[in-house]
Parts: sequence; structure tokens; C-alpha cells
Amino acid sequence: MAIKYNDNAFKDNVNTNLERDFMRGAVTSAQNRLHGGRLKAVDELGDWEEWRKHGEEIRQHVLDNLDYYLYELSENVEKAGGHVFFAQTPEEANAYIQSVVQKQQATRVLKSKSMVTEEISLNEALEEIGCTVLETDLGEYILQLDDHDKPSHIVAPSVHKNRFQIKEVFVKKLGYPEDGSADAKDLARFVRTILRDDYMQAEVGITGCNFAIADSGSISLVTNEGNAGLVTTIPKTQIAVMGMERIVPSLEEMEVLVNMLTRSAVGQKLTSYVNVITGPKRAEDVDGPEEFHLVILDNGRSDILAGEFKSVLQCIRCAACVNVCPVYRHIGGHSYNSIYSGPIGAVLTPLLAGYDDFKELPYASSLCGACTDACPVKIPLHELLLKHRQVIVEKEGRAPVSEGLMMKGFSVGASNSTLFNVGTKIAAAVMKPLSKDQMISKGVGPLKDWTDIRDFPIVEREKLRDWFDKREKKGGK
Amino acid sequence: MIQNREKFLEKIATSLNRPFSPTQKPVRNWQHKPEEKKLSHLSIDELMSAFVEQCGRLNNTNVVEVSSGDVKKAVDEAVKQHGGESVALWNDERFRALGLDELYENEWADEGLRVHVWDSNLSRTENFERTNDSNIGIVFAEYALAESGTVVLYSAEGQGKAVGLLPNAFIAIVKKSTLRPRITQAVKEMEREFVEAGKTLPAAVDFVSGPSNSADIEMDLVVGVHGPIYATYIVVSDQ
Repeated sequence: MAIKYNDNAFKDNVNTNLERDFMRGAVTSAQNRLHGGRLKAVDELGDWEEWRKHGEEIRQHVLDNLDYYLYELSENVEKAGGHVFFAQTPEEANAYIQSVVQKQQATRVLKSKSMVTEEISLNEALEEIGCTVLETDLGEYILQLDDHDKPSHIVAPSVHKNRFQIKEVFVKKLGYPEDGSADAKDLARFVRTILRDDYMQAEVGITGCNFAIADSGSISLVTNEGNAGLVTTIPKTQIAVMGMERIVPSLEEMEVLVNMLTRSAVGQKLTSYVNVITGPKRAEDVDGPEEFHLVILDNGRSDILAGEFKSVLQCIRCAACVNVCPVYRHIGGHSYNSIYSGPIGAVLTPLLAGYDDFKELPYASSLCGACTDACPVKIPLHELLLKHRQVIVEKEGRAPVSEGLMMKGFSVGASNSTLFNVGTKIAAAVMKPLSKDQMISKGVGPLKDWTDIRDFPIVEREKLRDWFDKREKKGGK
Repeated sequence: MIQNREKFLEKIATSLNRPFSPTQKPVRNWQHKPEEKKLSHLSIDELMSAFVEQCGRLNNTNVVEVSSGDVKKAVDEAVKQHGGESVALWNDERFRALGLDELYENEWADEGLRVHVWDSNLSRTENFERTNDSNIGIVFAEYALAESGTVVLYSAEGQGKAVGLLPNAFIAIVKKSTLRPRITQAVKEMEREFVEAGKTLPAAVDFVSGPSNSADIEMDLVVGVHGPIYATYIVVSDQ
């Protein structure tokens, strides 16, 4: 699928998505639910700030010693009987994976959810050599069935679809009865039955990697559905693909970060399954893969490591920033035109895929700082967004808004009618979750310093330009 | 085999402004250790209460606490509660030590239940098919974790991963003495037992907290997606 979804301009994608009422309602309720779950899980844990500091120090230590830990990991994977392939580019990664699959003369490939394999367009590369590639995560499975619709959320990829739309896809593609129920439970159980046969016949299992563990040579996979367990149990060959920064020194740090991931992502103490896989099956085991391959991908990450955006590599892909973002709430995941949406996407996508197509993303932010406050590993997301704007203006000389106004810190889009319209259309909605009795008493990010002392008035529902137009029409009254 | 490592790691070292040297293990000097404080002050019975309470929050997850003499009866009851019919289970000495062999070698067959004991002499496909045809899978856990309602399963000879994944329900037997406050203590013990002793971890270490589930359709929680729909944990109180 690659990182980029389509060639449309940012404003066109935003405008299209602003018109999708169901999607926006679904996104709002998903955000509320995931965010509410996170707050409860974090509250239950206690000392959340200390956990965040610990998460941050682990991730920073790993990045500062990344060469050592990847070396140690590869040594230990080999010791456990596995193979390791270091890939600079998506092409190198895909060519290696194709060769592994071809050597097995395999055509039936099963996958569990993985962002990095989306990043390198692995499915397409495998289809090119005649494989059928099946996504097993329920959300991804639905999208794949629906003529390869795109994920709109890192953790809940099909959040923009309702159950009636999903049922329709099942009727069309799987022969689900037209008068069958559109209950989530019935739809999911139907998939359970259908996918069983695919599991039993799969030849190659492909997974991502939540955290690799250097000192034991393991990878860990975090899921609720049990699909990663099956994908790493039944096929004879397993290939795991990881971005090179997704690593921890030992099981002890894995545990800390998995706890922060599951709480931040879905509000659970642990997900139903945390699978730790170390090499292929042992000689005396019956199930599990006979061959284990780990592909470690750079794809621009070493350049990020050297620069001022290094801290974005701390990310553990929990999407807590997405779930609190007022801009994401309004424009939805597809507007980011990238597999990585929300604040983390606005920071990461331009770094991985360049400013040419994504220079608007750092401006798709109100800089409210809610993302920074929510991040379990303390990535200063809104500061990185500002840094992007600075780079775009100073080094690239191609800001989508006037430099002068921006340098004064004036709101982003005032000089640009498109951005201004989008911004003013969404301002009231953006403020809504924070407001009570037409005032904001609990702001986030930079606004917090103000609201600690006094309330901040919420944005008027009627836009100034609309009010002005009306006033003009009435003859200035 | 390891391919393309040197060039890859040298590039990273360059990004970090230093030469690549894999000999010096970095010192971890954490300023924070919040994970060690959580629940660590509780007695074993308090941990048991916390475990039971958390399992109540998971979906379709029962906990039964019995002495070793009553495990056989408890397993039989759990099998019947989950609808009987057919059972797949590990080929595990720990089951025999608890007298469960009487169930799966005689009594269940007499009652007409189909039984598949994981069999290293059969092919993987045959083991998968028989397990997939089973209504219930029975496994033995290395640890139980109070905070998250988790059981920890190791793969090994006779201990097929598929048994805990393919059937509609799974039953995990676990000794109360292996109950730990949270995952923190369990992984510390694994580090000591395996990594520090120079041994490789089991090919699969699975932390399982209740049955499989998904909220991918309209954020509506569905229990039982690819894996089991029901779970029963049987805690052996005197072991």
C-alpha cells in the first residue's frame, strides 16, 4: 500500500472527509471510547508520570545504543536458529521476503497486522510473484475485502465503516446471507469460521513486531484477536518485519513498554495475547514455524536518528495522540493520506516520505499540545510539528502560508483562504470536548497555562466571516 | 544466517556520531522503576483475590480454586460446562501427576467424548486437524499474573500451541505458588532462568489473558474472534 494513499491535494482530501458524516461520528465515538479507556487504565496504574519518564528513558537509551542492541538481537536470533536480514530500503526487504517465499514454493500467505509491511507495500510485492496474501486482523481483513480500502486509524483501521457497510461487503464478497444480522458479534463469528480454513492451509505467516528483545533474540506481538498466535503457530515458515527502532534491551523493558502500549492504545492492562517468539520451533516441538526470518528495516530511520526529529523514533505506535487530537477528530484518518495518521502521522510521514507530498501535514494541527500530554513515552509531538514548519519555511522555502505571519506566531492559516476556512470550520468542534458553559476551564498543552489561572472563552459557533457577510447583506447592521 | 549487518549498523553508528563497536554492552541505569512497586506488597491470598477480581473483568473467564485432590473433578466439571463433546490436551506429566489421565484415557471415552492428546508421533497437520475439531483445549500454565488475569504458556515437546488457540474454549491449570503480582516478576524470573543461564527461551512464551476478542466493528466488543470464546482457569491451591 506504501505510505501514501492518493495523489489528491491535502485540502481536497480534507473537504471530502468533512462531508462524510458517518465517518466523523464514528471517529468521534471511537476517540471518546479509546481515550476514556486510556484515562481509566492510566489512573488505575497510578504514578503515570513516573511510568512516562521510565518509558521515555528506556526509548532514549535504546536509540542512543541502537547499533549495539541490533547487533545483540541478530546474534541471539541466529543462536536460536533464525535468520536475520538487514534491509536499507523497502525494495531490499521485499526482494528478500519474495526469495524466502519462493524457496518454499509457497503461495498462501497469512498476515497479522503490521504497519511496517504497509510502509513497504509488501502485499503487492507478494501478489506480484503469484501469492494470495490474507490479512487476519478483523479490521484489516474488512478493508482488504472491500477492494483494498485504506486504514484510517493505527490501532482500529476500519473505524470509518459502520456495521451495515461491513455486512454489505460480506454479502458481496463472502456470500453472507442478505437477510443475516448486522450485529458485530454475528459478523465477527462468521469471519472466524471462514478464516479457519485459511489458517489451516497457510504456508507462510508474516507478522510485524511490537518490540524485539535484544538479549533473548525474541520478538513480541501484542493482539487481542489471537490472530498473531495462529499466524505464528500453523504456517511452516514465519517472517517477522520490524522497523529498526522497535527494540528493547531485555524482557524487563519489553514488559514495561507493552504495559504502556496496551493501556495507552485500548485501555487494557494487557491485551488478550502477548506472544514472545524466539527463533523457529525446537526439534521436539510439533507446531510453530520450521523456519524463522527477521527482516530489520531502515528506510530513512537512520537519517531521522541523526537529526532534530530523533525523538519521534521513541514512538511505540499506541495512537494515544491520535485519540486526543481535535484535528483528527474532525477530518478523520484518511485526510492525512498516509498509513500513519493523527499527530504522529503528521510528524512521521513527511520524514519517511518527504515534504513534496506532505508539507501540509505539520499544519494540520492546532498546536494545542494534547498529543504531547497523551504520549506515554513523552515525544514532544507539537514541538516537532513546529520544527517541521520551521524547516519547511527556512530550509525548504515553501511554506503553504505566509512566513511573516507564521513567525509572529499568528494562527496558521489566516492568510490562506483554504486553510483559514478549514480552520474556522473546525475550531468550534475542536474546542467542544474541552468546554463547559461556553468557557474552557481545563485546557491542554500551551492553553493549560492560561486555564490554570482563568477560563478561556470557547470559539464562537458562527464564523466571523459568516457574521460579516450577513451583516453586509443587512446593510451593515 | 545474518545478512548485510555491518554496513547497516555502521550507518546507524555514523548517525550517532561515533564508530561502530559491538563489544561494549551499554549500562542501563534507570532513574525510574514504577513497575516494581505495583501490587508487590500483597500476600499470596491477596494476590489470589486480585487475580479473581481481574478475571471477572475479562470476558467469559472463570476461575476455580481447588486443592490438588479435587483438580480432576474440577476439570471434568469445566469440560461439561463448556459443552463437552471433544477435548484436545497437552501430553504433559503434570496432568498425570494430578490424576487427569483417568479422565482422558478412560472416563471421557466411556462417556462418548472424543479425546486428542497432542502427539509428537503424528504429523503437524494431523495434530492441527484433531485439535481444530475439538471443542475444548486443556493446557498447563507456568505462571498466573494477578494484575492482568493472565496465564503464561510455554511451547515444548507435547505442549502444542494450537491446543490453547483452536478450540472454542480453553482450560488452563496453574499452581497457586506460581501466582505473581504482575508480568514484571514473571519476566524477571525468565531472564534469570534462561537468558542469564545462557539458555534459549522456549520457541513461544504466550501471555494469555482470557479468550480472544475484537472491537474492530464499530468499537463493539466481540468475544471469540480467531481464538477461543471461553476460558476457565483452575488454580491448584496446595501446589
